[in-house]
Amino acid sequence: MKLTLRVWRQQSADAEGAMSTYEVDGISQDMSFLEMLDTLNEELILKGEDPVAFDHDCREGICGACSLVINGDAHGPERTTTCQLHMRSFRDGDTIDIEPWRASAFPVVKDLVVDRSAFDRIIEAGGYITAPTGAAPEAHATPVPKPDADLAFEHAECIGCGACVAACPNGAAMLFTSAKVNHLNVLPQGAPERETRVLDMVGQMDAEGFGGCTLAGECATACPKGIPLVSITGMNKEWLRATRRAAKR
Amino acid sequence: MARTVWDSTVGKKTVMAVSGLVMLLYLVAHMIGNLKIFFGTEEFNHYAHWLRTVGEPFMHYEWTLWLIRVVLVVAVVAHAVSAYQLSRRDIRARPSKYVHKKRRASYATRTMRWGGVILGLFIVWHVLDLTTGTVHSGGFESGKPYQNVVDTFSTWYGNVIYLVAMLALGLHIRHGFWSAAQTLGAGSRTRDRALKTTANILALLLTIGFVAVPVGVMTGVVS
Repeated sequence: MKLTLRVWRQQSADAEGAMSTYEVDGISQDMSFLEMLDTLNEELILKGEDPVAFDHDCREGICGACSLVINGDAHGPERTTTCQLHMRSFRDGDTIDIEPWRASAFPVVKDLVVDRSAFDRIIEAGGYITAPTGAAPEAHATPVPKPDADLAFEHAECIGCGACVAACPNGAAMLFTSAKVNHLNVLPQGAPERETRVLDMVGQMDAEGFGGCTLAGECATACPKGIPLVSITGMNKEWLRATRRAAKR
Repeated sequence: MARTVWDSTVGKKTVMAVSGLVMLLYLVAHMIGNLKIFFGTEEFNHYAHWLRTVGEPFMHYEWTLWLIRVVLVVAVVAHAVSAYQLSRRDIRARPSKYVHKKRRASYATRTMRWGGVILGLFIVWHVLDLTTGTVHSGGFESGKPYQNVVDTFSTWYGNVIYLVAMLALGLHIRHGFWSAAQTLGAGSRTRDRALKTTANILALLLTIGFVAVPVGVMTGVVS
């Protein structure tokens, strides 16, 4: 395959960025999207040019490191992570636009790499349970009803890649935050911090400068793990409940 | 608690949802009231007069009406201020646009902000036209709403303003009602289809019900 790539190049966080055009040839349909970029970078290095910086780690679709907006879609045309996207999703001669996640809470570090530590701070605000450490507890010691376990697992699938923020017209982190809140709030292990968790995490989300939700639904469409839009409704419900309870105290 | 709600994006959306539902409830009553125009001058004017005497003798003349007006003004202001502040925040949160543009959200979703501005301007015009008579086209007479309505819809601009605003209203309700349910935590996987259908039906009924009046005047059914 022969492709024309238009890639966002930006030297540093403060530098002005622009789209640069590159031609790549000899791309196999079986290559992943990131392998295609590796091919481009090898050529750039051989030519003595600066390779395109992009985030990647596991390349198995489970770590959440890869983060590219491909032709206007977070993670590209398939419902998966960029690393699990293959070149067979494109056609020979295609022009592909590659951009970084766009949100003021995710500033560009270089080229296609953005700083997603805002997500870490949301997690620090309440995306955990307080439990004694040590040997793993007996699995059946805390019974969890099957529907709750399923719900928790569905939300636990979130890998924190930030595609929801990238796709949202408001740069909102509602789907990410709601996945974490719902995952822990539905389980007995998460119950002691049920109220503070949602209040603190939403508070941190707002403090990071993410936008608000207008229920456009683009986050859920972009999510490689299929976190549903109704997850946001669940978090709203938890937030209202926690606010009412906090007022009573 | 009020501080927590107002300072949070989720809380401000709650304010928008509640104020929106208050206005929606009023609009249903308003639309039903409007349809009395098809039963003649006397019935319509009588209905308009009754609105001022609701609750008597417990309430004084026009007290109930003023109470409703106060609630509505509070709802409109709360809705608009929240929307303005949230929109400012949303635009700041996504300062640079993608080079490769894609449009996916439905038309109703994309037009919520401008639709809301249109509706806000319409409310001002509507009150000045048919409540105070300040910008009324004919000789405005309070207590004779039937004639006033016919006068308004006998001008081309009266019809255009009204029709545009009612289309904006339908679109606004289509996305707004469903969104309000999500914001208030009332949505769920199993209820989603029912909520979307209700939103569409409400939007359609209100638009048709309101538009019926100018169409009635234009076609001569109401004169």
